[in-house]
Amino acid sequence: MKKGSKKVILDAKGMERALSRLTHEILEKNKGAEDLVLVGIMSGGVPLSKFIQEKIRVIEGIAVPAGYVDITLYRDDLSRAGYQPRLKRTEIPFSIDEKKVILVDDVLFTGRTIRAAMDALIDFGRPKNIQLAVLIDRGHRELPIRADYVGRNVPTSRSETVDVMVQGSREDWKVMLNEFTPAKGE
Amino acid sequence: MLLIKGGRVIDPAGRRDEAGCLVLENGTVKDFVPGDQSPKGFEGRVIDASGKWVVPGLIDMHVHLRDPGYEWKEDIRTGTRAAAAGGFSSIACMANTKPVNDHPEVTRYIREKAEREGAAAVFPVAAVTRGLEGKEMADFAELAEAGAVAFSDDGRPVASSLMMRRALEYAKAFGLLILSHSEDAELCHGGAAHEGWTAHRLGLPGIPSAAEEVAIARDILLARQTGGKLHIQHISTKMGVDLLRMAKRAGLSVTGETAPHYFTLTDASLEGYDTNAKMNPPLRGEEDRMAILEGLIDGTIDAIATDHAPHDDYVKRCEFIAAANGIIGLETALPLSLGLLAGGKVTPGRIVELLSANPAQILALSGKGSLRKGADADVTIIDPEAEWEYRAAEVRSKSRNSPFFGWKLQGRAAATIRGGRVTHSLLAGVAADA
Amino acid sequence: MEWKRRHVLGLADFRVEEMEFVIDTARSMEEILTRDIKKVPALRGKTAVNLFFEASTRTRTSFEIAGKRLSADVVNFSSATSSVTKGETLLDTAKNIEAMKPNILILRHPASGAPHFLSRFVSCSIINAGDGANEHPSQGLLDLYTILKAKGKVSGLKIAIVGDILHSRVVRSDLHSLGRMGAKLWLCGPSTLVPKEMERTGARVTYDIREAVKDADVVMMLRIQLERQKTAYFPSLREYSRMFGLNRDVFSLAKEDAVILHPGPINRGVELSDELADSEQSRILNQVESGVAVRMALLYLLAGGHDASH
Repeated sequence: MKKGSKKVILDAKGMERALSRLTHEILEKNKGAEDLVLVGIMSGGVPLSKFIQEKIRVIEGIAVPAGYVDITLYRDDLSRAGYQPRLKRTEIPFSIDEKKVILVDDVLFTGRTIRAAMDALIDFGRPKNIQLAVLIDRGHRELPIRADYVGRNVPTSRSETVDVMVQGSREDWKVMLNEFTPAKGE
Repeated sequence: MLLIKGGRVIDPAGRRDEAGCLVLENGTVKDFVPGDQSPKGFEGRVIDASGKWVVPGLIDMHVHLRDPGYEWKEDIRTGTRAAAAGGFSSIACMANTKPVNDHPEVTRYIREKAEREGAAAVFPVAAVTRGLEGKEMADFAELAEAGAVAFSDDGRPVASSLMMRRALEYAKAFGLLILSHSEDAELCHGGAAHEGWTAHRLGLPGIPSAAEEVAIARDILLARQTGGKLHIQHISTKMGVDLLRMAKRAGLSVTGETAPHYFTLTDASLEGYDTNAKMNPPLRGEEDRMAILEGLIDGTIDAIATDHAPHDDYVKRCEFIAAANGIIGLETALPLSLGLLAGGKVTPGRIVELLSANPAQILALSGKGSLRKGADADVTIIDPEAEWEYRAAEVRSKSRNSPFFGWKLQGRAAATIRGGRVTHSLLAGVAADA
Repeated sequence: MEWKRRHVLGLADFRVEEMEFVIDTARSMEEILTRDIKKVPALRGKTAVNLFFEASTRTRTSFEIAGKRLSADVVNFSSATSSVTKGETLLDTAKNIEAMKPNILILRHPASGAPHFLSRFVSCSIINAGDGANEHPSQGLLDLYTILKAKGKVSGLKIAIVGDILHSRVVRSDLHSLGRMGAKLWLCGPSTLVPKEMERTGARVTYDIREAVKDADVVMMLRIQLERQKTAYFPSLREYSRMFGLNRDVFSLAKEDAVILHPGPINRGVELSDELADSEQSRILNQVESGVAVRMALLYLLAGGHDASH
């Protein structure tokens, strides 16, 4: 049996502040919302990209197109999985050619998910550039990937997990840090 | 001199079922002494059959020895060893060898080889038509002289009604018997399994019951027309049993046999496309199985014969439709037949009738099928209580195509004696004679 | 639910949730087919072998495209030009191919039970692409998917299937996929080709096409084979077409928004009129489309996340 302590490291209010700051950074760096498109990585990145999309509408008065991508078919660890990962849906109902794509994900860890997402995006078209926005960067990169916009840096150990809970209403959003302690005798 | 003591001698043809000692001398039955005391002053070999049945040597009137021509599946030597292990002292072998047994040379070859190397007496059944092709009658009289005891195109039916009529009529004059593989080949039309719910579920083309029924009806009516002697082989359908019953009531000279798998299994055994459940005629439904049991009980069916059909792996380890038909049966016939006792409606005497007395009578094998004074010294000692598992590694036959491997069986031949010589023995202290 | 099957031999023992899982996966696959670059790397480095002992361009091509869209290597082996004509047994042929270490064998064979038999002797996954008159599971699933797309649901629909029911493995798989999902199936054809036994599956049997098609939501026509006429299942193609062919007149008895299906290839003018084959109500080409997505789903589920040696 796994045991571990859970800790809330970012509550709903904290998340809102971090995401708002991220949005401002995106708009500043790209000098506005022109030619921007948002692509959330299924599943955690989707509510976050929706938040950013709304924020941009409030700040700039522009509706930036938002879509989402399921990277299951692009994973490099498919052969190692012992089961069939359930497929989700990819929906990018607009062209990404010559656009500045902001990839949005909840947690940046090894970087493999981002690599898979970029592979998927390239199959959809030829963006002008791809930028990465993540809520949490927890370190331990295994590929040369870095985020352009980070909500919060959280140093972690390998045995910990970071869960971004974005189901339900925004008041219930939170980010949890779970320590995994192997039970005695394992 | 051979004395079998302490057993229950069950000999329906000799009207006997009592405890006693059997004395065999010079290849015949010399005497029967009631009670379990050895007769005074007996000098010779003694076999203790306490707790066992002592019955006339069992006779399997439907065996495929595959020799000559298909010796990799079985030959006269291994086939008769399997027979002896199963309790059979005599077997009748079918003509679908290569060359077909439609010529006295082949008949003689079989008899002579069996004399030299066989562990059981072999009675060849010769073909009805040359090459089993159904076109020209074989030389019945000459074949009979060479040692054929009956005629059958088994493996195939005699398709032409006219030819069947002629065969029945011609054989009449010599008092010879036609064994019929009754099947309307066209109705079978590419079928691989009994036409019913199981074949439907498995998507297998069906063989309708009518394919057998139509042919049995035809053969019986031709026997009636001609007055010839007819024996229906491997009955598998309810209507087939009904037709035979009707024929007997009408006083016709018709007898019939069935195989142990038809009263033990149904087409449910086909599950998973098991080719060891594939034979012709096919395993039928539960209704048919029950009707065959009924026929065995009420005397309609005269004999149990295995239709022992050895096949090598190559023709059985494949997709169902391509698999060859048939299963081996010599070594499981007795325990499966003893299973009939369980219902309480079949007596030990009846089982001996089905496996010995009746086959002897049907094939007119003089000296066989009974233990009267002067009968041949063919004896089977049956242990009705023996519990054993049928295992592929212990099979005497060359082939291993049986659906019964792994079955826990009750009853088996403890010893088989043919002509006074022990051909098979599981009894302590009794070795088989070379 | 977790996908645990190593083979897809038939739909007979598929639970409803397994069928729904495949359809769900197919939906995701279908999205890939709308992209410009219709390829994902999911089965990169995996090999699928089409082992076809019966002629079939359509199903084989469908599996081939499905495999290639997932970046698998697809190899075609057809019996006409091969060792089989030299008398090699099915088992030997399969074992030889297995020695080259494919991940999936897609088998079409004239003997019912052939894939079940092979599954006992080879270690790679097997997809049954049609075995004798037994099953054609990917067709059963793509028919289900096509109807779901056309009608939104399957439960409660009246689905008429007309033709040589007796020899049709498509029908038998459809009975599992559509029947278990709650459709009311009506099977129709000449009495020599529609065994009464089929009613044991819960379907209704009728020898009158008008009764079958009346108020139907879906009408599926089956191809009639000339050989059946040669073995006296019916007297002539003309009579067959008159009594069991679908034309505008008979089809008008169906519901107004009824759709037409056919597993193909179509005998135009025999079981299906030209007009109806090309009409608005025909979903025959959708079946082909759905077929690729369903087959991609099956290939992915069998080979996508597993090692070749289980």
